[in-house]
Amino acid sequence: MTETSDLSPRQQRLRRVSTSEVGMHTLPEAVPPAGSDDEARYGMAGDARGQLATVARRFIHSPMAVIGLCIFFGLAVAAILTEMFWTYSYTSITNTLNAPPSLAHPMGTNSIGGDVFAQAMHGTLQDIEIALVVAVLATFIGATVGAIAGFYRGGTDTALMRFVDLILVIPVLAILIVLAHIVAKQASNWLWLAIIIGAVSWTYVARLVRADFLSLRERDFVEASRALGASNRRIIVRHMLPNALGPIIVNATITVALSIVLESTLSYIGLGIQPPNVSLGLLVDQGQDSATTEWWLFVFPVVILVVLILSIFFIGDGLREALDPKKNRVRA
Amino acid sequence: MLAYILRRLVISIFVLFLATILVFLLVAESGDPLALLRANPKIPHRVILARENLLHLNDPLYERYWIWFSHAIHGDFGNTVAGQAVRPQLVSHLLVTLRMVILATLISIVLALAVGVYAALRQGKVADHVATVTNFLFLAAPVFVVGLLLKEFVAIPINEHLNRIVFYTNGEQSPTLSGSFFSRLPDYAAHTALPTITLILVSYSSWAIYQRASILETLDSDHVRLARSKGISPRRVLMRHVFRNALIPVTTVIALDFAAILGGALITEIVFGWQGLGIWFLNGVNGLDINITLAYLLVTATFVILFNLLADIIYAFLDPRIRYD
Amino acid sequence: MTDATMTVDHLVVDFSTGDGTVRAVRGISFSLAPQEVLGIVGESGSGKSVTALATMGLLAKNATVTGSITYAGREILGLKEKQLAKIRGIGIAMIFQDPMTSLNPVYTVGWQIAEAVQAHQDVDKNEAMAKAVALLQLVGIPNAERRVQDYPHEFSGGMRQRVVIAIAMANNPAVILADEPTTALDVTVQAQVLDSLKTALAETKASLLLITHDLGVIAGLADRVLVMYAGRPVEIGTVDQIFYRPAMPYTHGLLGSLPRLDSQGAERLRQIPGAPPSMVGEMKGCPFAPRCPMRADICDEQEPNLAPVDSQPLDSPADGSGSAGSALDEIDDAGHVAACHFAGDVARLPVASMFPDTSADHEGVAP
Repeated sequence: MTETSDLSPRQQRLRRVSTSEVGMHTLPEAVPPAGSDDEARYGMAGDARGQLATVARRFIHSPMAVIGLCIFFGLAVAAILTEMFWTYSYTSITNTLNAPPSLAHPMGTNSIGGDVFAQAMHGTLQDIEIALVVAVLATFIGATVGAIAGFYRGGTDTALMRFVDLILVIPVLAILIVLAHIVAKQASNWLWLAIIIGAVSWTYVARLVRADFLSLRERDFVEASRALGASNRRIIVRHMLPNALGPIIVNATITVALSIVLESTLSYIGLGIQPPNVSLGLLVDQGQDSATTEWWLFVFPVVILVVLILSIFFIGDGLREALDPKKNRVRA
Repeated sequence: MLAYILRRLVISIFVLFLATILVFLLVAESGDPLALLRANPKIPHRVILARENLLHLNDPLYERYWIWFSHAIHGDFGNTVAGQAVRPQLVSHLLVTLRMVILATLISIVLALAVGVYAALRQGKVADHVATVTNFLFLAAPVFVVGLLLKEFVAIPINEHLNRIVFYTNGEQSPTLSGSFFSRLPDYAAHTALPTITLILVSYSSWAIYQRASILETLDSDHVRLARSKGISPRRVLMRHVFRNALIPVTTVIALDFAAILGGALITEIVFGWQGLGIWFLNGVNGLDINITLAYLLVTATFVILFNLLADIIYAFLDPRIRYD
Repeated sequence: MTDATMTVDHLVVDFSTGDGTVRAVRGISFSLAPQEVLGIVGESGSGKSVTALATMGLLAKNATVTGSITYAGREILGLKEKQLAKIRGIGIAMIFQDPMTSLNPVYTVGWQIAEAVQAHQDVDKNEAMAKAVALLQLVGIPNAERRVQDYPHEFSGGMRQRVVIAIAMANNPAVILADEPTTALDVTVQAQVLDSLKTALAETKASLLLITHDLGVIAGLADRVLVMYAGRPVEIGTVDQIFYRPAMPYTHGLLGSLPRLDSQGAERLRQIPGAPPSMVGEMKGCPFAPRCPMRADICDEQEPNLAPVDSQPLDSPADGSGSAGSALDEIDDAGHVAACHFAGDVARLPVASMFPDTSADHEGVAP
């Protein structure tokens, strides 16, 4: 173990394993020819388009991924349309109390006359909004930290990765509970919730990008760019980051799913989304006591929540397979 | 090896030290833990003053941290906001949580390896698809959802059907429980079963998915091809070359997930009303109780660190390429 | 042909991948006589490694194999894994391309050789280990008694490949398949590994199927050569026939890219322009046509089959007044076949003269 690598060999191996053996993979053949500082001359744009087509074709060939994609967008569109056109809003209170599903209320009503369908759809939208913000935030922070740590190595790397370790030894949920408690006191805004979840979710991306950068910086095209006098910033942004893009994209997708899990869990224990706003986790919490009597209050939010998360995992898995350069390798 | 473990330990303790400072500041700055007490006109002023002194609330922050730190390294975690010693509470809640965590971790590992191997060997067949979809389902379902579903739609119907309580759905033991350890055992088991199953289901799935991929990767590896080319029996190829090698990466994944199991235990405790470490911690955070929060943090992090070290040692046994130096 | 140790007949291998069916081998037939060394040459992707793996039954699950492979007079294609295990190692053994990954990292080298020994010989652990030490000594590993206890990562690439050779010869197989045994190694250790391979052949009296893209290795070891292009054999002949009377433009190209000691003066290396065709889907005409300087209309229409080569000069039938040394004229055409519409014409051309010079200001990669 060298001084610069703060991770144990085992953890480094995990990174190796998850980037090249079982898990995520770099984009196939995303390497510009040695010595090319000018991508346009070598038709990199064309290559990238070709790669994109290949990835898209492989993705479409995976039934689970396509189903996942359809469900996810189906839910998102349904939630938006419901928000715009449905008779009731999630704050509506009707005179129909505790009614089972009917045409007027497809998912029934709760004990104060709220329309569960409107609430569930608003909760879905709320969850997706939070999850997307978290994914963007976590990916941006993680990729930046990982890129800097992997590119500059040495003391910078050690300091940044020690901070990552900090989040590794404590259950993420416990950190979130402490943060959420403080934030909930300050403002009950969903954006704050997204920010704190993002603040604990970036470490995996950081480790991923760091490991990729550690190996990328030894590659010929990076050396060549350096020899041609390209700035560090340019090397990182134009040359190394595009080569680490595959795993970053896959991980961002998984982060969307995991942040919905975290958000709904926080909402379930009362530290997430606060009434009158709703999220799926909050609805499950409110419906759990009547799970067997007014089942619609419990079952619908649970099913939507699980299906939503599952669909994103399927998308992520499909992307991982599609980005896997070994996928269509012929043993020769 | 020993030097490596010591080095890791020192780094981990340093990280932990930073974490306690951070959490200390977060909780200390987030409000007055005695606010409720002060709002109650029946509480005499001297009680509040005594409590403030007990918790060192009027000292500067760095001094408060130092008081906490100097006691904590001797195993004294101070007093709760309610004025009781933290340590006995910590121990009793920890013992409750460990009841489910130890069992659930062990069973999850076995289940994950078994399901992963089975699915990989039946790759592309119906059994593989069923196993994979099930794995993904439990991966996607949040802990509280799995717990609630088991409670409402499995345990309660079974109890009603059999007209006696097979699964307790609330608490870690019957409140009136007494007698010798062995006479208490059935009651423990009936209380522990459901939360343990919950924790197993949410923990095993990602490992099983990983183990399946790891087996498939190993099956396709050059060294397994060489082993097959030697003419040893297919069974021996599987046992000695495929399973043995596929275990190596999974060890790491399981070790890194241990913190997540403790997080899962926290939610499981809430769902099933267990007076475990998690609920104790949650109440501590809600009451702005720094000493409870930090005690929870120290204990869980210590378990995670120890578990990771254990995994490092196992890893070194599994993979001769690893030399910790 | 009945005395052949191993025969491959009309072997076809397809892989179904996400990008369509890859036709890796499109019909190859050859036989291997006892103690014969047959070299298979070709670019990567020409199907040579796939042929070897198919012979061992070691292809991935997405491969479809048809045709016939017989060993010791018995059909082995389609045998179950259990039955194949009885042939692998003792009938046909294999040496793999990448010694860095082909040994199991978690077992000692001695353990892995002993495992091979015990697979087919009824000996106990100690005897097997003693045999492992003897095998390591044979392939030229110093301090073999001590080094059996070492793990693969404690060996260099060349040393590891010798261990793989030791495993292959552990049961005196009748046939050894060597799949690019030296490609992954440093040039400096290639010769040593080839020496170990020669020792293995002498010791086991095995036939060798030597797969390589290195014509130098072929020249030093092989009796006969089979040239593969785009999944098919395009020329088969003795080493002399292939090296001095190549009858297929592709073979010409391969020879032209090889530095020769017998070339006069500062002759430049020549390259074959273009790249091998995609192996996905059907192809029409001669697969080499797009890169061939002798291409004619018929080449785009009809894929030539292997046919006997007539390389004798047209004008002077028998008087032996060729321009080169007399040794060259003693090369007859017996057993020499090539898949080219103009095989005879090609064979009469001076070797490697067909393709343009490789020039420095021209970026291109010769195979």
